[in-house]
Amino acid sequence: MESFRSHTGLVAPLDRANVDTDQIIPKQFLKRIERTGYGEFLFFDWRSDAGFILNRPEYSKASILLAGRNFGCGSSREHAPWALQQYGFRVIIAPCFADIFGNNALKNGLLAVSLQEPEVTTLFERAGRAALELTVNLESCRVSGKDFDAPFTIDSFARHCLLHGLDDIGLTLQHESEIAQFEAGRPLWMPTVHGD
Amino acid sequence: MPRTAFDKIWDAHVVRHATGEPALLYIDLHLVHEVTSPQAFDGLRQAGRRVRRPGLTIATVDHNVPTTPDRLLIRDPIAAAQISALRKNAEEFGIVLLDMNSGRQGIVHVVGPELGLTQPGMTIVCGDSHTSTHGAFGALAFGIGTSEVEHVLATQSLPQQRPRTMLVRVDGRLPRGITAKDLALGIIGTIGTDGGTGHVIEYAGEAVRALSMEGRMTLCNMTIEAGARAGLVSPDETTFAYLKGRPYAPQGEDWDRAISHWATLATEAGAAFDSEVRIAAEQLEPYVTWGTSPGMVVPVTGVVPGPQEAVSDSEREGVLRALEYMGLSPGTRVDQISIDRVFIGSCTNSRIEDLRAAARLVRGHKVHANVRALVVPGSEAVKRAAEAEGLDEMFRSAGFEWREPGCSMCLGMNPDTLAEGERCASTSNRNFEGRQGRGGRTHLVSPEMAAAAAIAGHFVDIRRWEGAG
Repeated sequence: MESFRSHTGLVAPLDRANVDTDQIIPKQFLKRIERTGYGEFLFFDWRSDAGFILNRPEYSKASILLAGRNFGCGSSREHAPWALQQYGFRVIIAPCFADIFGNNALKNGLLAVSLQEPEVTTLFERAGRAALELTVNLESCRVSGKDFDAPFTIDSFARHCLLHGLDDIGLTLQHESEIAQFEAGRPLWMPTVHGD
Repeated sequence: MPRTAFDKIWDAHVVRHATGEPALLYIDLHLVHEVTSPQAFDGLRQAGRRVRRPGLTIATVDHNVPTTPDRLLIRDPIAAAQISALRKNAEEFGIVLLDMNSGRQGIVHVVGPELGLTQPGMTIVCGDSHTSTHGAFGALAFGIGTSEVEHVLATQSLPQQRPRTMLVRVDGRLPRGITAKDLALGIIGTIGTDGGTGHVIEYAGEAVRALSMEGRMTLCNMTIEAGARAGLVSPDETTFAYLKGRPYAPQGEDWDRAISHWATLATEAGAAFDSEVRIAAEQLEPYVTWGTSPGMVVPVTGVVPGPQEAVSDSEREGVLRALEYMGLSPGTRVDQISIDRVFIGSCTNSRIEDLRAAARLVRGHKVHANVRALVVPGSEAVKRAAEAEGLDEMFRSAGFEWREPGCSMCLGMNPDTLAEGERCASTSNRNFEGRQGRGGRTHLVSPEMAAAAAIAGHFVDIRRWEGAG
């Protein structure tokens, strides 16, 4: 996984609540078997509207997406964080995220930052008036910019993995003996599809 | 201290829990389908890893498969390549694949329970958000992303933060004509689409106890639409009776051992939840979603709401946008909304009881001239059972198309989609923009409401349907 320490970039404001993963990357793009190539299809249907935020030239270099509450709800498709990241976003800021999306984002080094609703409202107002640049620092857990500074909380283990770009499968496999010990105690009547 | 069913399942599956780290949970069953797995298998290959427990892993094809009789011929080359990738991966990693025409293929959340693989007290994951369905058996079941799929394939375990718990207690009995789907939609309408975020929901109360296993599956299935990754019902005699004799259910002495364990799992009186919600069953009605989020829901007797009812600017924008997308005006009576399509199917409502309920309503009627209606059974086993009862003939003679099993028009990854502007009464779980096809307009309803709408050409209150009940 790509590590994340601090990122400074331009904010694209997407002032909608409940942005679901069907909008982030529609189903017709989920048939591919690769992990890359999703960026160009990000918000595919919405981008057919010329006024959509990501079609506006002033946001073409944006790397921080600001969104409404419950971002990433719906399907578990990890293609959603892949598409956001491959499009060029490093950070998503919203009042809250759907659980599975939040996990998927973290596994890919895409930082999902929850700020308080009034702070997000302030950022939407500022981003709507003029270009807004923010710095998101995972070491200090703060989002800052001109006349703006707010702390955020993140699960400490997820933060540790992100800061160091750790492969959590590798971490778990270090505990293989404990997994094997647990397995040895499982009741024999539990279902197996075939003897393995 | 009295414990919840969730507490018992969680505690029994912690492999290790170091301070400052998430718990490592053992996973008893991993369900796999074609869409969210190819990148995970690639990851294993690149790292030189194997599948730790192929016997606790089972795969099927559901999202991409066509539902026409010639479905083995997949005309979409990208979909065909994805299905072919799953076949190769299953072969290479030694995983059983319930392929088309195996007699056991179907929607992953239909086949797990019907084979008896889903059992009380288990931890179950799948790269699919509707994995919450399996919680109906008193299992801890939740959807995961592809990175986590790879993690479970490699280690049969998953690092997880312990979620909070929410009790949704449904007091009283469901009135006549009110289904598990209406209960689910009513709950989402009450707590909102992010009301359950960070929680596991336990459904309890008289109305939940009275639900069949299939009704409980419908209820738990929709939990993710309330934001919670998992929903469960404490196991009871209804659960055990459903499981007895199924192919992977324990047999003989093992059955007795299993039952005595399962009987210890239910939430104990006085166990504490982080939050509690009470729903009065007798106040529930048949529901219809009007907008582009499952929380945008009104009773069939109601009207399409307007922006003046929104509590914030952001919500007002959302309502206006949904009204425009759905092509609806505030104040329109729900029972005057005409439809073009009907879809009866999906992991929410494609089981035998759903099909029976819908078939009973269409008997002796014809699908409205302006409507095209589709019935897609959840699995090959459901299809066989329905045909043995003659349900296929009841649907066909009423003018419904009777299809082969799969996810179909729930998300339209296969050729079953809505055209731009088409309006559909659907028994599926999501009414997001474009979910059933770009520009398509989805109204979520129960199987009975969908069947009645197919006949009438518009939504009708099934409590007033001739012969209903």
